[in-house]
Amino acid sequence: MTTPPVLVETPSEIRRPLSEPGAQSNSLQVWLLRLASALIIPAVLAVFFVTFEFLQREDTNKILQVIVALIVGVGGVWALFWAMDRAITAMPDRLGTAVRPFAFAGPAMVLLGFYLVYPAVRTFILSFQNASGTEFVGLSNFVTIFTDSVYLISMRNSVIWVLVVPLLAVGIGLGFATLADKLGSKSESAAKSLIFLPMAISFVGASVVWRFIYNFRPEGFGEQIGLLNAVWTAFGGSPVNWLQVPLWNNLFLMVILVWLQTGFAMVILSSAIKAVPDDMLEAARLDGANEWEVFRRIVIPTIASTLVVVWTTVIITTWKVFDIVFVMTGGGFDTSVVAERMVTEFFTFGNDGIGAALAVVLFLAVIPILVINIKRFKEQEATR
Amino acid sequence: MTATATKPAVHTSSQESGNRGSRVPAVLVVAFIAALWTVPSLGLLINSFRAPTDIRGSGWWTVFGDLFNSAAWTLENYTTVLEEGFANAFANTVAVTIPAVAIPVTVAAFAAYAFAWMEFPGRNLIFVSIVGLMVVPLQMALIPILRVYTGLDLNGTYPAVWLAHAGFGLPLAVYLLRNYMGSLPSSLIESARIDGASHFTTFTRLIIPLSTPVIASLAIFQFLWVWNDFLVALVFLGFDPTNRVLTVELSDLAGRGEGALNLLPAAAFVTMILPLVVFFALQRFFVRGLTAGGVKG
Repeated sequence: MTTPPVLVETPSEIRRPLSEPGAQSNSLQVWLLRLASALIIPAVLAVFFVTFEFLQREDTNKILQVIVALIVGVGGVWALFWAMDRAITAMPDRLGTAVRPFAFAGPAMVLLGFYLVYPAVRTFILSFQNASGTEFVGLSNFVTIFTDSVYLISMRNSVIWVLVVPLLAVGIGLGFATLADKLGSKSESAAKSLIFLPMAISFVGASVVWRFIYNFRPEGFGEQIGLLNAVWTAFGGSPVNWLQVPLWNNLFLMVILVWLQTGFAMVILSSAIKAVPDDMLEAARLDGANEWEVFRRIVIPTIASTLVVVWTTVIITTWKVFDIVFVMTGGGFDTSVVAERMVTEFFTFGNDGIGAALAVVLFLAVIPILVINIKRFKEQEATR
Repeated sequence: MTATATKPAVHTSSQESGNRGSRVPAVLVVAFIAALWTVPSLGLLINSFRAPTDIRGSGWWTVFGDLFNSAAWTLENYTTVLEEGFANAFANTVAVTIPAVAIPVTVAAFAAYAFAWMEFPGRNLIFVSIVGLMVVPLQMALIPILRVYTGLDLNGTYPAVWLAHAGFGLPLAVYLLRNYMGSLPSSLIESARIDGASHFTTFTRLIIPLSTPVIASLAIFQFLWVWNDFLVALVFLGFDPTNRVLTVELSDLAGRGEGALNLLPAAAFVTMILPLVVFFALQRFFVRGLTAGGVKG
């Protein structure tokens, strides 16, 4: 699983749309039509899906379901947009111009509203309510998660994750990208593919991969089949149950995410490094700078903004990590993190109030990034 | 931002003359890290073809002593896991993934066109809000949506997951596509308009073909995201063995502990095979998509 970069730093050269008469009409009638055209496609989809549910309940033929899924997913949505456009074309010109953008962009807005905006608001409200969401309990959920040691451990761990994982992933990615750049282009791309490969693997899959690294057999219970214990015992140590060693077990889990995320950092940093102008590097070398100085004085400052973007993106991925902990330890042995705790509270204990409060904590922590994101975007738009 | 513009060849990969001496340590370090990164998956791949008793009895690295003993290799684990639910889970994952990729990409493409080339009240404000939505954690959405789904009796159905993935994937999709479509020359769109082309025609005949590369990278992103997703599938599709997807199936198997240890490697590879193929076949698009979103293109 990969999180794409969340910050963008390049000024885009986006031009204003061509102006058309009627586009800015604001009469009530126009707004009703706009609303209707935004809602029709999601509504048709919703109706279809409720029907599909019966198909799925009563007919177990998997192949049929996949075929229907394919037709709807690929063709159906497209056909709906086409039909909407035909309908709007039949309207008077000025009216059509005013309504059409909402037929195009409306379905996306409706989906976003329903799947992100509405739930976010609802989660805020739920975080002030009791476990079943029937009564308001003020701040008590937040008091609980900031005082009860169970939640404090999750938060401590999440903070450690956010400090350690991006540091290692970006550090190794940067080092690797810099050194691989000095190789021939064929071996460079082969080496990069190997680092990049884990990006195609799910967090659950990665957890299974690492089970065979961390596997533990108590002494006298057979050969070690976990790589780490095999190496450890070969050097004379006695077998260790890595995932149960307090504090260190967190680090062993973090290694899995570092393994997954380094490729992402490496690829982006690599293309930034390649974009550093050659003459700058040559000039520095002519001035007698060695490779380390070139790297520190020229390369790092030039790619600084990319570094920030990559770092932030890995921070967000790390902050939201859930699967690895869930599959490896289930949050046991003091390895719980906030995102994992949230699902456990919600699912296992049916404690919606605490779950929502933890989700709100997750959200509040990314607000600074959200604000920076929007600010940067507005600056770009202003300078275009 | 031009998402697909190839990197200008500002400097070549192999550093020219002058610092040949520094290449040897670089090669060594690169080889070491690459090996370190490959060993975990390699071990799993080797294990998946070993007999169940061997997997439990000795480490995968012991095969190197006896590499050509054909009796040691078997497909047994693969046939077992496929019979024990993984074939079914594979079909489920396909059924979940195709619409969960196609729907948001289509919806986002239309929206991106409107945001880039149409005029309407609130256009900028709405788009800025979408930029902000990109960082909202998925976790914020789970509880309320699950409640709505329960009310509609949609829980545990494919459409529940399709639309959830569509909603969660949209902010990035709209953002990337709008930036790309907006960077196409306006003279193109103007001349299409003068020739009497409607917005719909301009969009389908002109903008979509021109945006193929960025749409491809976006589709790969969303494919990997949906195929590898665990949380959304777990919450909205659930643990029911008839419907569950590969990641949920795999986590269930992993939860059975030592008893299923011999099946884990083969099972994990069944879940990984398609993303790995897609990834390697289309790596070019994927890397482009990543760099387009993150750095100067």
